[in-house]
Amino acid sequence: MQQSAVLSAQTSRRSYHVGDAVFAALARGSGAFVLVLLGSLILTLFWGGLPAFRQFGPGFIASTDWDPVQQVFGAAVSIYGTLVTSVLALAFAVPVAFGIAFYLTELAPAWLRRPVGTAIELLAAVPSIIYGMWGFFVIVPIMSQYIQPFVIDSLDGIPVLEDLFAGPPFGTGIFTASIILAIMVVPFIAATMRDVFETVPPVYKESAYGVGCTTWEVMRSIVLPYTRVSVVGGIMLGLGRALGETMAVTFVIGNTDRIATSLFGPGNTIASIVALEFPESPAGSLKLSSLLALGFILFVISFIVLAISRLLLKPRLKV
Amino acid sequence: MKTAITALAIGLAGFGIARAETQITGAGSTFAAPIYSKWGDASSAATGIKLNYQAIGSGAGINQINNRTVDFGASDMPVAADQLAAHKLMQFPTVIGGVDIIVNLPDVKPNELKLTGELLADIYLGKITKWNDPKLVEMNHGIKLPNLAIAPVYRADGSGTTFVYTDYLSMVSPDWKSKVGSSTSVKWAAGTGAKGSDGVSGTVHNIKGGIGYVESAYAEMNHLTTTQLQNKAGKFVTPTMDSYKAAAASADWSKVQNFAIDLNDQPGDNSWPIESATFVLLPTDPKDPSQSAAVKKFFDWGFAHGNDIAVQLLYIPLPEAVQNAVRAVWQKEVPGTM
Amino acid sequence: MSATTTMRTLPGPAKNQAVSRALGRRRYRMNRLVKVLCVAATVLGILLLASILLTLVWRGAAGLSVSVFTQSTRPPGSNGGLLNAIVGTLIQTGIGTLVGTPIGLMVGTYLAEYGRNSAMANAVRFVSDVLLSAPSILIGLFIYQLCVEPFGGFSGIAGCLALAVIVIPIVVRTTEDMLQLIAPSLREAAVALGAPKWKVIVLICYRAAKDGIVTGILLAVARIAGETAPLLFTSLGNLNWSISLAQPMASLPVTIYQYAGSAFEDWVQLAWVGALLITVGVLATNILARVALRGRRAS
Repeated sequence: MQQSAVLSAQTSRRSYHVGDAVFAALARGSGAFVLVLLGSLILTLFWGGLPAFRQFGPGFIASTDWDPVQQVFGAAVSIYGTLVTSVLALAFAVPVAFGIAFYLTELAPAWLRRPVGTAIELLAAVPSIIYGMWGFFVIVPIMSQYIQPFVIDSLDGIPVLEDLFAGPPFGTGIFTASIILAIMVVPFIAATMRDVFETVPPVYKESAYGVGCTTWEVMRSIVLPYTRVSVVGGIMLGLGRALGETMAVTFVIGNTDRIATSLFGPGNTIASIVALEFPESPAGSLKLSSLLALGFILFVISFIVLAISRLLLKPRLKV
Repeated sequence: MKTAITALAIGLAGFGIARAETQITGAGSTFAAPIYSKWGDASSAATGIKLNYQAIGSGAGINQINNRTVDFGASDMPVAADQLAAHKLMQFPTVIGGVDIIVNLPDVKPNELKLTGELLADIYLGKITKWNDPKLVEMNHGIKLPNLAIAPVYRADGSGTTFVYTDYLSMVSPDWKSKVGSSTSVKWAAGTGAKGSDGVSGTVHNIKGGIGYVESAYAEMNHLTTTQLQNKAGKFVTPTMDSYKAAAASADWSKVQNFAIDLNDQPGDNSWPIESATFVLLPTDPKDPSQSAAVKKFFDWGFAHGNDIAVQLLYIPLPEAVQNAVRAVWQKEVPGTM
Repeated sequence: MSATTTMRTLPGPAKNQAVSRALGRRRYRMNRLVKVLCVAATVLGILLLASILLTLVWRGAAGLSVSVFTQSTRPPGSNGGLLNAIVGTLIQTGIGTLVGTPIGLMVGTYLAEYGRNSAMANAVRFVSDVLLSAPSILIGLFIYQLCVEPFGGFSGIAGCLALAVIVIPIVVRTTEDMLQLIAPSLREAAVALGAPKWKVIVLICYRAAKDGIVTGILLAVARIAGETAPLLFTSLGNLNWSISLAQPMASLPVTIYQYAGSAFEDWVQLAWVGALLITVGVLATNILARVALRGRRAS
């Protein structure tokens, strides 16, 4: 009896080690693989963009020229478009997503939660090219025929706002692109927020209710602080999607290589300019190199955004 | 699942081999996409060749054939001789087509508005910004032009149609030539970009006061409001098959190298000013001579039997002399017997 | 110090009640306002979904016919369909998910269970987030440089790889988040019973986090099914019937992208039909998975 027990303990210890070793190696290996993947991605972009950086120097980032005929390229227009559309999109999306998540977790009656939750997640499921087509065929006409003329006319005469919303009502443009992006990003953020709100241990919320807090106060003082990390994570997910979105933006941004002072003006994002101009850029040409350099810059922007968010979250990251 | 797919693939491949079918890939001009596709469909029974043509734009097509990732490239912009030599390509034209100007102005009927090349250049340079600008009013006494902002629309993707249009503007406006120039993709001074001909016409359709340029086949098929243009002879012509034919007829093919003819701003009272041939690029050192042979056979069929199809789709077939000249160059420069 | 000052510094019961009542009203109104706004936000979301679906149905249903599913793409006016595009999308999405999900799962597991806060784990986490923000088009460029140019041809497998790269970071993030949210007591119970670490993870943690992980995978699938840009430079598209991974392969999004901007009415109509099909397919997959999950949970 004792012998078999010792034997079985030894064999189980051996298989214990093997199983764990293999699994751990697999896990660590895939972690390393992801590092290698990104490394090679960045390297490809940087290597490809090097000729453009060498040719134009650091001024490449600030230059608003994009002239394929003269072979002079600059990144400023695309960077401006990328940043403005993404930030605006988040500004629209975060409150709406929060509202939806709050509604789904606290306010909706139980029988309504599943269908509404499903509906919101279906919004996330719609492919980006559909958003592009819908945006172009449905939103753009509404913008150009009703909303933009209305805003332009009503803001006529007010000093700063007038210039911010000026110009012929193209319908396409940075503002429209931001709206489409916001709609695309809302379900992403809302779904993450909702999943995360639901993980708050009920006892915390019950104790707050017990002291007499309203629903909003429970959310504000208990749920949000507890889930802050994941909420910001969800918002970052949304920002990531907005920064890199190509198809939806390409249809509605107006594809112009100029910085317009008006939000209703057309522009370009890094993703949309690469989509439109890469196929026609000869291999090894300065244009291709400039596009790869733009891709590299986009990576750097995402990098900075993520680094900042992590810095802000550091005290709470252990949660 | 995978075995099923592999088996199916092998089966289909075997089936393909059994029928001795060649597949050729081409990429480029959206301008020419309808005719090549139609030719491909109509000819496959007779020639045993299946065409896979991707309309990704002239610039992209040139790029793909330079990289030899396709069998032939299609471009509305003729490639310069030194580039052809550097990439070991030969080029030949296939058909000719026109570019129309479309507008969105209330109360203006199709082919009613009169424009000139210089006015177009000024509009797209941002110099003329309102429809009731004196220069426009002067040209169009019979029409009441509204006090509306002009919203120029251009092709955002790298397009041969853009090349044809900007080439025409460079010819008629020295200002345009020095400030912007001509290419499949340029630095536009004013207006907004849209993707594809559908994008341009859709955008023009949405904005009151919009103006844009599209392939003539597209304008015709979608019943867009086109305009008259003043040609080199000073006459105002409407965009019809007759005016396209007139422009093509006055072309002198003997004066150009590599068939790189420019059909913009042609002389003649009835000539439509914005017109172009569309070109195909073939490697002179193909990896697989039988593929090049298949491409030649395909276009040979197009020249011999495809003229009616071309006219149906509002293209102008090449003059027979030019088609024969093309055949002669194939014989000389492209290996692979048809 | 004097009696009156004390009375003033400590508000008496009457004053206290008025203040608390006023505060209560304000809090109540605030709560009300927030509730209304949240309902409005939700209604907005649903209206937008309805608008998209209605547009797709209105524009796309008109072109639905048997030939869409039985014919491959053909030149304008030849009564073509979308068969090769549909099959191409299925193949590329399937293989892309099959390749990307295990990798993403393992990386997420590594981050949540093994690395946790080590330097390498933080690096991997950061890198994964960066990959998530990577525009899919840059991933397309990357695979183009790696798989298309050196081999001199577009291929279906390059398209699959591009999609797999997009899947990985999405799955990593959701896996890690879900694994981290599992109560420690679950793990401790398993370890106390003598389970080796890998069994704790596979049999306990994965099961507990399954819903979240599957939702993550589904979001990834939905994302790649509609991806156009990476496929433009990798699998290019194919007008003929082809299921060979070594040849260019058609896909619904690329076909839609090409047809939508074209000059011909039947092509534009087919673009809308394709858009409708892909949306319905993706939405149906979503709903099906949720129903299956619900069934599992009940049993």
